[in-house]
Amino acid sequence: MFFAATLAILIAMGLALARALMGPTVYDRVLAVNTFGTKTVLLIALLGFLTGRPDFLDISLVYALINFIGTIAVLKLIKYGDLGTVGHAPKGEP
Amino acid sequence: MLHAASLGLVLFGTWLLLSGMYVPLLLTLGVVSCAAVVWVARRMDVVDHEGHPIQLGWRALIYWVWLGIEIVKSNISVARLILDPKLPIHPVLVTLKAGQQSELGQVIYANSITLTPGTVSIRINDNTILVHAVVKAYAEDLESGEMDRRVTGIEGSDPPQLLGSR
Amino acid sequence: MQILLDIVSWVLLLAGSAFALIGAVGLIRFPDVYARMHASGITDTLGAGLILAGMMIQGGFTLVTAKLILILIFLLFTSPTSTYALANAAYSRGLQPLLGGPEPDPAALEAADPASAIPGQAESGSVGSVSGEDKSS
Repeated sequence: MFFAATLAILIAMGLALARALMGPTVYDRVLAVNTFGTKTVLLIALLGFLTGRPDFLDISLVYALINFIGTIAVLKLIKYGDLGTVGHAPKGEP
Repeated sequence: MLHAASLGLVLFGTWLLLSGMYVPLLLTLGVVSCAAVVWVARRMDVVDHEGHPIQLGWRALIYWVWLGIEIVKSNISVARLILDPKLPIHPVLVTLKAGQQSELGQVIYANSITLTPGTVSIRINDNTILVHAVVKAYAEDLESGEMDRRVTGIEGSDPPQLLGSR
Repeated sequence: MQILLDIVSWVLLLAGSAFALIGAVGLIRFPDVYARMHASGITDTLGAGLILAGMMIQGGFTLVTAKLILILIFLLFTSPTSTYALANAAYSRGLQPLLGGPEPDPAALEAADPASAIPGQAESGSVGSVSGEDKSS
């Protein structure tokens, strides 16, 4: 049964990859890559169960965090063209 | 101080959960690293009612259960839209009023809107949220204001006021 | 008893896979970025939730289940945040959502499209072509 779920996730990842390649705007690609990352988290966890190695869950947990940070970093790069920019600092603060 | 202690407890609980090895050396390392994180967080001045909202308490749990049911309902509805061969979507942009007193409340409201498929919050201005809904009915659901009332409810009777900076 | 738990977890796993697939199909079928965010939301909430719940039942009361719950909490907290950041970035760059019925009028859309007036946009200027795509599917 884990095998069927793994297969479904792989097909879904293929569709997300197709959207990432088709575009047409850069935001479509970022969205597709973000969804791809969420599915990768699920895939790693499923593989851990499929092969009987629960250690994979730690990798999956770390991937969930990296996926979030990565999406935010790419969006910041698109928006400001520079990762070092301080975004909108709240008024009244140095 | 209460927030810092609670943050330390949560961090150490997470450490115990993730390490799964309970020998004195590793436990000591865990305590030291949790204390270091709490110290750095206090220096960054992020340990407050926003960074670590313990004041929401059990009201947040009740809200999450209600939100979970809403998420399941709207998921099934959007899944039906996707599988419909005619793709009967009718996207609209609506501006909603957010009745919350604090920034934290507005963030919870906007995130709840995004978390239910069919509606995405695009931009928060002073007290309004711009929302994209894939079908008009979803926007009308939000305009009825039930989610707004519930989020305002979990803020409690004496929420920290909105700063002028927004 | 064990059989019953297995059946419940299989049903949850299969339902979650179905929702993940539906979300991916929506990612292909929906006409523009803002609509596709709803499809991606399906995978992030119910798809991930049901699959992780199915694995939790297989895990029982162990550290494995605790880690699965932690993964679910991370996903539920981070996915709306990144979706909001994406929507906000796209909107403030002048990318207008397609509004109206299932068959939008391309001429009216181009007339109302302010994105083409903003210089320095490499890709988001092609909003007009977004409306033409996928409409036949």
